[in-house]
Amino acid sequence: MNRHFLGDTTVLLGRSLRHIARSPDTIITTVITPIAMLLLFVYVLGGAIQAGTGEYVNYLLPGILIITIASGISYTAYRLFLDLQGGIFERFQSMPIARSAVLWAHVLTSLVANLISLVVVLLVALAMGFRSGAGVLGWLAVAGILVLFTLALTWLAVIPGLTASSVDGASAFAYPLIFLPFVSSAFVPTASMPGPVRAFAENQPVTSIVNTLRALFTEQPVGTGIWTALAWCVGLLVVAVTFAGITYRRRIG
Amino acid sequence: MLTGMSIPPTTDPAGRAAIHVRGLEKSFKQLTVLRGVDIDVARGSIFALLGSNGAGKTTLVKILSTLLKADAGSAEVNGLDVASQAAEVRASISLTGQFAAVDEILTGRENLILVARLRHLKGPGAIADDLLRRFSLTDAGARRVATYSGGMRRRLDIAMSLIGDPPVIFLDEPTTGLDPEARLEVWRAVRELARGGTTVLLTTQYLDEAEQLADRIAILHDGRILVNGTLDELKRLLPPAKVEYVEKQPTLEDVFLTLVGTAKSGEQR
Repeated sequence: MNRHFLGDTTVLLGRSLRHIARSPDTIITTVITPIAMLLLFVYVLGGAIQAGTGEYVNYLLPGILIITIASGISYTAYRLFLDLQGGIFERFQSMPIARSAVLWAHVLTSLVANLISLVVVLLVALAMGFRSGAGVLGWLAVAGILVLFTLALTWLAVIPGLTASSVDGASAFAYPLIFLPFVSSAFVPTASMPGPVRAFAENQPVTSIVNTLRALFTEQPVGTGIWTALAWCVGLLVVAVTFAGITYRRRIG
Repeated sequence: MLTGMSIPPTTDPAGRAAIHVRGLEKSFKQLTVLRGVDIDVARGSIFALLGSNGAGKTTLVKILSTLLKADAGSAEVNGLDVASQAAEVRASISLTGQFAAVDEILTGRENLILVARLRHLKGPGAIADDLLRRFSLTDAGARRVATYSGGMRRRLDIAMSLIGDPPVIFLDEPTTGLDPEARLEVWRAVRELARGGTTVLLTTQYLDEAEQLADRIAILHDGRILVNGTLDELKRLLPPAKVEYVEKQPTLEDVFLTLVGTAKSGEQR
């Protein structure tokens, strides 16, 4: 069966990418919240926020990129749910294809869609004055972390996609993820927060990822923070893939 | 009662049949859906599984198409065991589920190409064009399926199931929710399938559908097969018909179909 895995995944990926090309609103709705936040925080609140010496947009962008991913992955749950509800999922499962290709196609689609969204947000940030001196290696490291984080959250989104009983339920799960960056170093330094909040903020995944991205953008040494960030991404990915796999096998009997 | 009034199958012996089911049982938690189902379906025949909602028709079809696992009993499709040779079974079947399993955002042609590619066939474009022609969908082929009527969707759905010429096709309530014209279109497609040598197992809750299409009919009720035989055999189960003289009135269906004109009008929506 597995000899068809790559071919089947490619065919199904082509199908979902066509969905995105024909309903670009999934990209637009993904980027609209992060861009609105970027505008709000830079032009309205930014003047009152003490976050280091440089331009606030430079401080803010890493967190905005995380929010972009968090809002983009809910479409994976949404598309998967629609496939299950419409019966096309059963059609695929009753065909002689590599069964895991159905999930992988959705995951890779999410990766492509999120990378497009990230580029759009990045272009807006550049227009607003975001600048980075990072070299090719720095940008590759940024891209690598964002890809890992997208994969981890997408596999997490597969679980509600397979188990939800309504479209709303399938996509609502992303809301708390979107707010996770608020209690992190994404908008303001954690040093300004009261004790317990600060403890949470400093020990949740978003802070280490945001700090690492920020260090890469500003050509500062990333220190051990990058290993914490990578550990969170990989750990989250392993847990999400495991549970998504269990849910999938239960679902297909 | 009717239970036990089984008619010995006149088809080929076990093992040669396209579908061979013995003692199949399935429960979902507390709910027992199948309580020991036996059926045999001869190659190239149309077999109708008749039953009301909740009788277990869909569960049986899902087990035969490897989407569900049975709790007990055995089932073979095309000589392959559905539990231990699931992958091989999937290569010899097609399932058309209760709701048209088509991709709304893709065009009709793209849907067909998608399935042809997933069945690893050469020349998916030519396969798609051929099926569009056979199912009178050529003009609509380049349109998104979201714009199709219910009948067109069903036709596309069945066309997708034919790709790769699987020897056994399952049609789960193929005409539920269709208007009379679309039903006739689907019936025509099913008859054509059987003429080409494909074995068709269809489930339906419409008595006339089973009567019109099936070589053999089994009535599934409450998780058991009550009777199984040809239409004539089933009719002989009841006392001989009384001869009555009745004025033959046109049925409402006759009136409807005459007024709206069945001929080819279904395509242009």
